[in-house]
Amino acid sequence: MEILHEGKGELIGWHDPDENREYVLKNKSRELKDKTMTAKEVVTKFVKDGNFIASGGFGHIRVSMNIIYEIIRQKKRNLVMAGKTAVHDLDLLVGTGCVNKVEVAYSFGHELRGLSPASRRMVESGKCKVSGEISNSGYQWRFLAGMMGLPFIPSRNLLGTDTGKYSSCKVVKDPFSGKPINLIPAAYPDVAFIHVHRCDNYGNCQIDGILVEDFELARCARKLIITTEEIIDNDEIRREPWRTTIPFYVVDAVVEQPFGSHPCEMHGMYFFDEEHIAEWLDISRTDEGVQKYAEKYIDSVNEFDDYLELCGGIKKLNFLKRREALRAPLITPWRK
Amino acid sequence: MSNNETKKYNMREFLAFTGASVLEDGKCVFVGTGLPMIAGILAQKTHAPHLLIIFEAGGVGPILTELPISVGQELTFHKGITATSMHDVMSSCQAGFVDYGFLGGAQMDMYGNINTTCIGDHDHPKTRLPGSGGANDIASFAHKTILIIGGQSKRTFVNKVDFLTTPGYLDGPGAREKAGLPQGTGPHRVITQLAIFGFDDKTKRLKLISIHPGVTLEEVKDNCSFDIIIPEKYGISAEPTDKDLDILRTQIDPTGMMIGK
Repeated sequence: MEILHEGKGELIGWHDPDENREYVLKNKSRELKDKTMTAKEVVTKFVKDGNFIASGGFGHIRVSMNIIYEIIRQKKRNLVMAGKTAVHDLDLLVGTGCVNKVEVAYSFGHELRGLSPASRRMVESGKCKVSGEISNSGYQWRFLAGMMGLPFIPSRNLLGTDTGKYSSCKVVKDPFSGKPINLIPAAYPDVAFIHVHRCDNYGNCQIDGILVEDFELARCARKLIITTEEIIDNDEIRREPWRTTIPFYVVDAVVEQPFGSHPCEMHGMYFFDEEHIAEWLDISRTDEGVQKYAEKYIDSVNEFDDYLELCGGIKKLNFLKRREALRAPLITPWRK
Repeated sequence: MSNNETKKYNMREFLAFTGASVLEDGKCVFVGTGLPMIAGILAQKTHAPHLLIIFEAGGVGPILTELPISVGQELTFHKGITATSMHDVMSSCQAGFVDYGFLGGAQMDMYGNINTTCIGDHDHPKTRLPGSGGANDIASFAHKTILIIGGQSKRTFVNKVDFLTTPGYLDGPGAREKAGLPQGTGPHRVITQLAIFGFDDKTKRLKLISIHPGVTLEEVKDNCSFDIIIPEKYGISAEPTDKDLDILRTQIDPTGMMIGK
């Protein structure tokens, strides 16, 4: 195929498909075995300095926050993160110096709440590097090519733009239509974390609501850590197998953590903790503020339940449940 | 708006209303965060009850009771048609199922190219913005793209965008097709605090359609770094009714997080 344009973005997390098959053969167990661990064990065992990591969900939705906090607690460094619409998780990890390189689809912002003071500061001061640009579906299709075991997937976005020029894609002449077509390289994150509504101890997962790109991400990640609101019996999985969106054989570890997405939303269960997000957006305006936040909510607590207590405990969590059911009013404390 | 204090609505309410007015019943719109979402909901609650709203994270066809903060939250598929994946909705968009893409932007040029990535040099940005998100995808794939830019000025309507995040007509007629983008797509309307614009069929350059009540033609031209095509005849934009404003204030955004208080 004739290459018409080559993006100048750094190619992150790509592997030759045969190399990846070999990896899967040797490392992904097809044995039905108990995979439950603690957040501390999981991060110690699976997250290595310099890893390319990806977080499931979307923005402030369905995020494995217990893993994010544990990465910060263990002071992992030089991590590269998929900015596949990565918002609060990325902001914390960049702000605290764990992540220093991002491939950006959507990052450094909190949607309607405004831009991210901490991670923007790190990028604008050169402490965090942007390895390349891509779009949301561009990132999703990197994962799709990965889960399909292909080197790339063709698409008709990113063409003609600087987003394409700064991506790691290549534009070629399509041998069928004769038109230019964009080739999006596969991505295989070293470690991915996905928070789900429920799963069994083997890692068979059910997700309520939109999947975003977790179907693909789960299947292309080299190591997949599932965090879950609750662990259910394997019989329950087998009663409705059509609800299993992530099967056990792609899963490497299972961590049970109720309210584990806080302060992010969990569809049908609890709403964003807007007060907590507003506190972060305010305090993260300075490096000292980021340190203060990390000391208060991460370093001084041993486990996620203690953090939830600090954030308002059962009273707050009940409010977030009522808000998700639209039975309590919306509050927007970040609005100036 | 020049003499805002004499009007019964603020600029963002007007933008939401104007955005809603360009959407048709029985069509499909893919909305981005912020004003496009409000416009889609208002359209659904007024003249377009069967407007199919799609959100990039996988929410399809919700009946929206209030304004979502995020394009992925539960409200984006509340009482919806399906709660699916980004791959599904973006593929449908690429395959041609989406009539309108509806986006915001920080900077735009005369061909409707949008920047939401950075101000200044990419590798040493003066201001780092969030990047494409789904905008590049939506503006590449939707049959028609509508843009809302709330602050039209010489700084936002520029000769050349600092970074071409999302494609308009690129550098003119035929450029999208030459680049490989789907045929016949591109920006359709641009809505600002001053006017509604379309694009000239021949040159693909920004062309005035109507100016908002109380705004002068000079204001429209002065708040822009490039020459806008001004046709001999142009209209005055419609104003929201009391009912529209009441729906916006009491039903869609009661906290005023988007439209203000």
